[in-house]
Amino acid sequence: MRLERRDTPSRSAALLAPVAAIAGTLGVASLLVAWAGAPVAQAYWLLLEGGFGSRFAITETLTRATPLILTGLAAAVAFRARLFNIGAEGQLYLGALAAVAVGGLHGGSGWAAPVWLLFPAMMAAAALAGALLLLGPALMKSRLGVDEVVTTLLLNFIVLLFVGAMLDGPMKDPAAMGWPQSVALQEPLQLDRLVERGRVHSGLPGALVAALLLWALLKFTTHGFEIRAVGANARAAAFAGMPVGWVTVKVALLSGALAGLAGAVEVAGRAGYVTLDMSPGYGYSGIVIAMLAALHPLGVVAAAVFVAGILVGADSMSRAVGVPTYIADVIVATALIAVLVATLFTQYRLRRGPRP
Amino acid sequence: MNELLELLAAAPFWVSVLRVATPLILGTLGALLCERAGVLNLGIEGIMVAGAFAGWLAVYAGASLWGGVAVAAATGALIGALHALLTVSLALSQHVAGLGITLLATSLASYAYRVSFPKVDTPPTVEPFAPMAWLPIPVLNAQTPLTLLALGLVPLIGWLLYRTPLGLALRTVGENPAAAEGQGLSVAGLRYGAVIAGSALMGVAGCFLTLAAFNAFFFNMVNGRGWVCVALVVFASWRPGQALAGALLFAFFDALQLRLQQAGSGVLGLELPYQLYLMLPYVMAIVALVVMAHRASTPQALMKPYRKGER
Amino acid sequence: MPADPPSPPVLRLTGITKRFGPLLANDGISLDLAQGEVLALLGENGAGKSTLVAILFGHYVADSGTVEVDGRALPPGHPRAALDAGIGMVHQHFTLADNLSVLDNVMLGTESLWWPFSRRDAARRRLVELGMRFGLAVDPQARVAGLSVGERQRVEILKALYRGARVLILDEPTAVLTPQESETLFATLRQMVAAGLALIFISHKLDEVLRISHRIAVLRGGRLVALLPAAGADKPLLAEAMVGRSVEMPRRAAAPARQGAPACELRSATVLAPGPAHGRPLLDGVDLQVQPGEIVAVAGVSGNGQAVLAELLCGQLALDSGSLRVAGRALPARPRTFVDAGVARIPEDRHAVGVVGDLALWENAVLERYHRPAYARLGVLKRRHAMADAQALVERFDVRGTEAAGVHTVTRRLSGGNMQKLILGRALMAGGAARTVPPLIVANQPTWGLDVGAVAYVHQQLLDAAAAGSGVLLISEDLEEVFALADRIAVMHQGRLGAARPARDWNLASIGLAMAGGGQRQAAMTAGATA
Repeated sequence: MRLERRDTPSRSAALLAPVAAIAGTLGVASLLVAWAGAPVAQAYWLLLEGGFGSRFAITETLTRATPLILTGLAAAVAFRARLFNIGAEGQLYLGALAAVAVGGLHGGSGWAAPVWLLFPAMMAAAALAGALLLLGPALMKSRLGVDEVVTTLLLNFIVLLFVGAMLDGPMKDPAAMGWPQSVALQEPLQLDRLVERGRVHSGLPGALVAALLLWALLKFTTHGFEIRAVGANARAAAFAGMPVGWVTVKVALLSGALAGLAGAVEVAGRAGYVTLDMSPGYGYSGIVIAMLAALHPLGVVAAAVFVAGILVGADSMSRAVGVPTYIADVIVATALIAVLVATLFTQYRLRRGPRP
Repeated sequence: MNELLELLAAAPFWVSVLRVATPLILGTLGALLCERAGVLNLGIEGIMVAGAFAGWLAVYAGASLWGGVAVAAATGALIGALHALLTVSLALSQHVAGLGITLLATSLASYAYRVSFPKVDTPPTVEPFAPMAWLPIPVLNAQTPLTLLALGLVPLIGWLLYRTPLGLALRTVGENPAAAEGQGLSVAGLRYGAVIAGSALMGVAGCFLTLAAFNAFFFNMVNGRGWVCVALVVFASWRPGQALAGALLFAFFDALQLRLQQAGSGVLGLELPYQLYLMLPYVMAIVALVVMAHRASTPQALMKPYRKGER
Repeated sequence: MPADPPSPPVLRLTGITKRFGPLLANDGISLDLAQGEVLALLGENGAGKSTLVAILFGHYVADSGTVEVDGRALPPGHPRAALDAGIGMVHQHFTLADNLSVLDNVMLGTESLWWPFSRRDAARRRLVELGMRFGLAVDPQARVAGLSVGERQRVEILKALYRGARVLILDEPTAVLTPQESETLFATLRQMVAAGLALIFISHKLDEVLRISHRIAVLRGGRLVALLPAAGADKPLLAEAMVGRSVEMPRRAAAPARQGAPACELRSATVLAPGPAHGRPLLDGVDLQVQPGEIVAVAGVSGNGQAVLAELLCGQLALDSGSLRVAGRALPARPRTFVDAGVARIPEDRHAVGVVGDLALWENAVLERYHRPAYARLGVLKRRHAMADAQALVERFDVRGTEAAGVHTVTRRLSGGNMQKLILGRALMAGGAARTVPPLIVANQPTWGLDVGAVAYVHQQLLDAAAAGSGVLLISEDLEEVFALADRIAVMHQGRLGAARPARDWNLASIGLAMAGGGQRQAAMTAGATA
C-alpha cells in the first residue's frame, strides 16, 4: 500500500473529509465511553443535548466559543505563514493580565478615565501584550533559525508562572480571601450580556467581526497576499522581493494580538478578574480549531462553535453519566489527527502494490 | 555566597541533580534517535505522560517494577508507531502530528486514570524503585536502577550511532534519504524503527517519574519536561555525549532553584517570588536553543518527508 | 570507434511500459545489453530515459514488461534487488550524504544491519585499492561536503564498483564536468569496460555519445525509436531521431552592441565567504560589463561562483567590495529595488525559487509587482486588474495547461516548460507601460530540464529581447546554449571571472581549459586555432 498524488484534488473527498474525520473521532470516543461503563448512545445524546439542545446549552456553547474563535484565528493566521504559534495559551493569559492592569480596580477605584477611553486602552494593552510576547520567538526564528514551536511552548510555562507571581503579589485582589485572583475590572468595562439568563456576552460579535476582518485581510489586501506567499514558499517570496522578515514580524504581532484579545475578552466578559485556571487550554484548542478549519478564518468560527459545543456537552454529559470530563480533550485531539488524515486523502489516494 | 558554595558541596545536592537529570537523559536520547533519522517527534510530552501512567498502572495492578518499565516502554513504542504512521507513511506535518499526539496521549492518560480511579482524593501509591544502597560509589548509591540505565544508554547509543552499520544507516536516512535508498535500504523501515525505539525511551523517561522519583501519578506531572528534552537535543548537537552533558547542566540549575526556594531569602539575600525560581529551567532551555542556533549541525533531512517516486 | 564485442546479453529489457497518470513515460521498450558493451540512451528532456533506468534500478515499478539479468528475472521495485544482481547507478543528482565521510557513503548498506560490528579498516583498504585500479582516487576520510563536483562523482562510481557492479548506469554524467574532466571520465569508463563491465550511458550530448558508445538507443516520447551501432551514425541522424522533426534552434546573428550606459557593470566585485575565517572569496574581483542589446554569457562548471554572481545581480546579496551599477545606477541589495529598476530575473530553480507553487497563476504573475500603484491602493489588491494582466501574459507567452482554470490554475500543476514561460513572461513584462523591454535580463540556467521545443522558445525570447535593446546576462553550464546565443563569453573559475571575449574567439578546447582554470594566456594562444 502506498500513497499516490492525485492529478486534481478530489472535490467529493474535500467535502467528505471533515465528515469522515468527525465520524472517526466519534467512533474512538465511543470506545472510551463504553470503557467507562456508560451507555454509549445515551452518552452521545447527552453530549449533543448539553452542547446544543437547549437555549441555555446554546448560550453556554457560544460563550465558550468566543475565546476559542479568537485563539483559533490566532493559530490560523500564524500557521498560514508557517509560523507555528503554540504559545496562544500564554499570550491569552498575558493579555488578560494586561487588561486588568489597565482597567482593574487598583487601590479601590482604578484609573479615573472615561469608559470610551479606558475600554479601547484596555483592549489595546491586551493585544499589545500578546503581540510582544510572540514577537520574541518570531524574531528568534527569522534571525537565528530557532524552532518557534519549542520556544513558544516553553514561554507558556514561563508566562503562567509570571501570572501566578503577579496574582500573589502586585495584582492580588485584597478582598478575595486568599484565593489567588486578580483585582476585578471596573464595572463599566465589563462586557454586556447579550441575552438574559445566559452568559454569552458582547465579546461574541467582536470575535465574529475579527474573523471577518481576518478573512478580508488575507483575501483582498497586499498584507494577506504576502502572508500567504511567505507561508507557501518563503524562498520564492524573498526572491520576488517580499520582505519576508518583516512579514513574519507582522504575522507574529497579529497572531499574538488576537490571542491576547482572547484573554481580555474572557476577563471582561466572564469572570471580571484573572485566575490561574481561567483558560482550560483555550490556546491549544485554538490550534486544533484552526486545523479543523483548514486555516480559513470563516471556517474557524464554525470549528470553534463545534469544539465549544463538544466541551460544554462533555461537561454536562460527564456529570450525568459519570464519564470523566477528559473525554472532551480526547475528542478534540482525535479530531485533529482525524482531520489531518482525512484532508490528506483529498490530495492523495491509496494504491495497492509496494512501489510506484 | 558562602551558603551557596556549602550547598553545592553537599552530596545530597548532587544526588538530586542526577535524579532530576534521569528523565531528561532518557527523553533526550529518545528524541535524538528520532531526529537523527529525520523525524521530529513532538509527541514526547504526551508519550512521557502516557508512559508515566501506564508503567505506574501496571505496577499498581500487580506487575513487578521492571514489568512496569517494560509496559511504559511498550506504550511509548505504540504511540511512536502512530507518530511514524502519520509522519513517515502519510508524510503529514511533523509539527502538527506531534502536537496532536501529545494532546491525545495526555488526555487519554488523564481519562484512563479517572476511569480507573473515579473517586479518590489522594492519588494511590505504589512501592517505587529502591535506591541502590549496595553500590560502593557515593551519589550513585542513592539513585535507582533506572538512573544507571540512563547513564549506561549514553555510551551504548553513541556506539550504535557511530560504530554499527545500523547506526550509519540511521544517520544517512536523516541526512539524505535518497542516499540510503540508492544503497538498497528502506527509508521508511529505518525511520519507523528509530521513532518506535526513541518513543520507547520516552515512555521509560515518563515512568521514571511515577516509579522512582515519586510513587504515584499526578496530573501535570511531566510539566513541560518533554519540551525541554526537545530543546536539549539541539543543545546536544544531536550527539549522545553532549546530550548527557546538557541534561546534567540543566538538572544542575533545576536542582539549584529547588534548593534556593527551600533555603528562602537567605542564600542570595533577596526575597523573590518562588515562581521566579520555577521559571528558571524553562528560561534556560530557551537560552540553550538560542546559544546553539548557528552552531549545531542539524541532520539535513530533518522534518523533510520522503516520498518515493513522486513526480 | 570501439568494435562490437560478441557476448550473451547480461541485461535484457522486454516491453517495459510505465505511466504516470496521463503521461506515458515508457512505451513497450525492449533492449539488450551485452557484457563489455557501452550502450548510450539518447533522448531529449522528458523522453523517458531517466524513468527507464529508474525502473532498472528499482526506484520505480514498471506497469508491464520484464527485466532479466543473466537470464534471471529481476524482482521489481527494490534497489536492493538491483544491487544484488550487480546493477549499479550513478545518479544525475548525486545520492551522497554531505555530512558523512566518503567511506561512510560507500560502506552504507553493504553490511548487515543486524551485525553490531563494522569492518571499516578492511573496507577502507578495499576502497583505496579500487580507487587506484580505476584511477578514481579519493580520500576515504574526507567529508563529502568538502569535495568538488568531479570528486563527488568519483565517489558515486566507487560506490557501485565497491558493490561489485557488472552493469553500471550513468545518468548524464558529463553535465557537471568540464570538457577535460569528461575526457578523464571516459578514460575511466574505458578501463571499466576493459575489465568486463557493461555500461548504460544516458546523455543528450551527441558528440560524447558517438565517441564512447558501441550502440545507441534513441528514445522519443517514451518509445524506442532507433537502436543502431555508433559506427556509421552521425549527428544529424541522431538529432532527427531524438526530436522527430528538424527543429531550427535559434542562433545569434551577429549584431553590433549599442552605445550608451552599460545595462550592467561590475567592477572588482568581491563577495567574501561567510564566517570569521573567510578563506577563498566566493566572488573575487569580478569585472563584467553588458551593453544594451548584447548577450554576454558566463560559462563554467557549477559551483565556481555562478550562483553568487546570479544572487548579486538579482539583488539578493550585497558586495563586500567593488561596485555594481545597473543602467548606470548603484542599487541597494534588495530584490525589490532591482525589480523596480527594471532588472528581469530568471532564477535557476523554477520550482523552489521561481514561483510559489501553491498560489494561483495570476498571483505568481503579480508576485514581483503587487506593491505598485497599478496593482494595489492603500493596501488593497486590485485583483481584477492583476488577473487581466495575467491573462495577457498567458496569451502573449503561450503558457499552456490553463485550459481548466485559466489564470486561477494552481501554479504547481504547470509543466516545467510552461512554468518557465510564466517566469519569463513575468520578467519580460516587468517594464510596464513605459518600457517595452527591460534594460537588463539576468537568466540563470534558463533552459535546464526543458524539452527542445521549450528550449527553442526561451532562446528566441532572449534573442528578441536583445534585438529590442535589452542587455542579457546568460549564466549557463550548457556550452551548446552558450555558443548558440552569446556575443561574448566569459568563463568563471573559483570565483574569478576571465575576460569576456567574442564568441568566435573561443572553441571547445579553449573554453574547457578556462573552465578548469587554465591561464588566460594559454587560452588566447589556442583560440587562434579553428574550432
